[in-house]
Amino acid sequence: MGTFRKQGEPKVWATAAALSATLLMIATLLVVVMVNGLGYFWPSDLTLAIMKDGSKLLGEITAREKATASHGERFQFKVGNRDLYGQDYRWVDRKDIATLSGPDDAVALERREHGNFYGFLKSLSPEGLNLRPSASPWYDLEKAVSLVADSRDRLSGTEKEMSKLNGEAEALRLKIQKLIYVKGDRTRIDALTRQRDQLLSRFNTLLDRFNSETEELHRPKAVFTDASGVEKEIALVDIVRAWRPNSMGVFAKAAFYTAKIGEMLMDEPRESNTEGGLFPAIFGTVMMVILMSVFSLPFGVIAAVYLREYAREGVIVRLVRIAVNNLAGVPSIVYGVFGLGFFVYGIGSGIDAFFFPERLPTPTFGTGGILWASLTLALLTVPVVIVSTEEGLAAVPKGLREGSLSLGATKFQTLMKVVLPMATPGIMTGMILAMARAAGEVAPLMLVGVVKLAPSLPIDGTFPFFHMDRKFMHLGFHIYDVGFQSPNVEAAKPMVFVTTLLLLAIVITASSTAIVIRNRMKKKYATKAF
Amino acid sequence: MELRTIRAIPDPVLEITTLNLYYGTSRALKDITLSIPRKQVTAFIGPSGCGKSTLLRCFNRMNDLLDNVRIEGSITLDGEEITTPALDVISLRRRVGMVFQQSNPFPKSIYENIVYGLRIAGVKDKATLDETVEKSLRGAAIWDEVKDRLHESALGLSGGQAQRICIARAIAVNPEIILMDEPCSALDPIATAKIEELINELKEQYTVVIVTHNMQQAARVSDFTAFLYLGELIEFDDTKKIFTNPDNRHTEDYITGRFG
Repeated sequence: MGTFRKQGEPKVWATAAALSATLLMIATLLVVVMVNGLGYFWPSDLTLAIMKDGSKLLGEITAREKATASHGERFQFKVGNRDLYGQDYRWVDRKDIATLSGPDDAVALERREHGNFYGFLKSLSPEGLNLRPSASPWYDLEKAVSLVADSRDRLSGTEKEMSKLNGEAEALRLKIQKLIYVKGDRTRIDALTRQRDQLLSRFNTLLDRFNSETEELHRPKAVFTDASGVEKEIALVDIVRAWRPNSMGVFAKAAFYTAKIGEMLMDEPRESNTEGGLFPAIFGTVMMVILMSVFSLPFGVIAAVYLREYAREGVIVRLVRIAVNNLAGVPSIVYGVFGLGFFVYGIGSGIDAFFFPERLPTPTFGTGGILWASLTLALLTVPVVIVSTEEGLAAVPKGLREGSLSLGATKFQTLMKVVLPMATPGIMTGMILAMARAAGEVAPLMLVGVVKLAPSLPIDGTFPFFHMDRKFMHLGFHIYDVGFQSPNVEAAKPMVFVTTLLLLAIVITASSTAIVIRNRMKKKYATKAF
Repeated sequence: MELRTIRAIPDPVLEITTLNLYYGTSRALKDITLSIPRKQVTAFIGPSGCGKSTLLRCFNRMNDLLDNVRIEGSITLDGEEITTPALDVISLRRRVGMVFQQSNPFPKSIYENIVYGLRIAGVKDKATLDETVEKSLRGAAIWDEVKDRLHESALGLSGGQAQRICIARAIAVNPEIILMDEPCSALDPIATAKIEELINELKEQYTVVIVTHNMQQAARVSDFTAFLYLGELIEFDDTKKIFTNPDNRHTEDYITGRFG
């Protein structure tokens, strides 16, 4: 026992325990998020419960727990049909249920509005659809739904064209406004006005076509009944997908799962973000992080190079270092407030007054946007980049600098050709930390440009392609919004986990890519120890 | 202690006259007067901290990198004063190359290591670069060992090879003088023997000044030897004379191993 203590074994054990505890926490976090997130898209079976009082309910069993009052069990049913029942979830005591069964023909519908519908197919009226009825109404329904979805896609083409026309008309309006402002050429104003009127009339023709086609699209309908036989007529265009989970095999379920994952990654959100995809949020997050790196990396590296290589050690440099280190500890919301006051209200309003006076009082850059958000986060992460770059620079052996200088290189040449390349692993470390921090930051973004629902992406096909003034969506904010700001919190819960999982995946992917690159560089620059 | 500067060197390339060097307030070199003979090997010996390396680094102004260094006195290279602040340090360093105690190849290919000095001087012609690489590597007696892997990283070389690459890199810019700061102290005896052999060949074309801790090495490779002690030049003479019949008792004590 004496030697055991003397050799410091207990301390070794304590460090090991601390490490295991940390690893355990990380593992638990990942497991919880993954279990809750990954299971969401798997189609769960529908259960029909006939109650002892004769009423029926149909839905997915989403939770079960001990009922303290009856010493029995309690089920949480996701009954859907929000438009009929008013709420998605119901708790039912096991002792009130007479029978539980899983009818094969139970139908689940994912709808564009009002959440899921659970019930049974009664009849199909495929008006206006080129569909020959077969023996199986379910088969017809599936076919009809996909036909309607195709026409809907075509219609969204018209919609895009309309919004393009609208955008052009708006641009012309602003041009005219500007000419009026500067008391420009009268004839030119008239010409532009005529041009705009033409655009508007084309827009109106398209709008009429759009409206009639939309009406046409709403004609094919199907009638469903809920568990207790209440009929509900649903236009096929409102159905995203229909499935019968109880009669699906594992492969069908896997295909369904894949389709849902695809939808999550590629589609726009619906139903105040609680359903549909996350594409705009993924896009916004990634683009914001990239923009942030573009701003913070060069700035941080240059600052670190000056501090380490050129600045003469002294009181001022020491003060700057202290300031940089403390900057890394400033609460992020403070940066948000600064970004709002400095970038948005200060610089943004200045840009508006100077470059876009015709749009005022509608702000262009004088409101939150992806540019200001990226700059704010760049400011937040620049200390991290500075500190790790300085460490990287300090780690470059003195001998190499002297070797380069002794061959007649200037200090700048030495820096560019020898020192900076060797410091890249350190710089990369800084970038990894900065990216991870920026991707997860939410509080400052809420002040400088993140929105619940952005109508368009910051990059698209209309000139000038990069729209730095646009507001954007962000996965971190999405989590907060879906989890705590949506009207139907219970139904949105799985989406919170899915979004969290996705955010984690993005951060981990970005960091591990950077780490792999960094390790390759480290190997390349590893000087031998003699 | 009487100061002795012996013998008139017939054709000195470097002439150091009453050189004093201060680190802040401490005086690291005291009234050094010395002439380095052209195309000969001169060794600086002396115990640690005696100022050998400091003196060596005066010749290519490497001490400029340190803050608080002040130099008094004069050093002339072919008659041109090199201690003045107005001097073009870059061109001085091209004339006075240096090899360090720790071999310090850049984390680049062998080829890029050799042409580094030329590239930063703006040489772009591929033929010139290729020619220089071969000439320098042959000059450093390492051509045969690396000619098949010129484009592999220089970090994969052994200590002795890396040191010879550094010598090749130094001679690639065609200097007049090569300064060597304990070039073999991190090497094994075989690699050391190769470097020593190389130093012998180098003096055909270059003036070599070598700092060494190893007195046998100084005796083996150098033509002239300077013994420094506590910042002072105690004795400077033919190597043979220093090691057989030194004038100064301190020198004798040091080379016979009584201190140091």
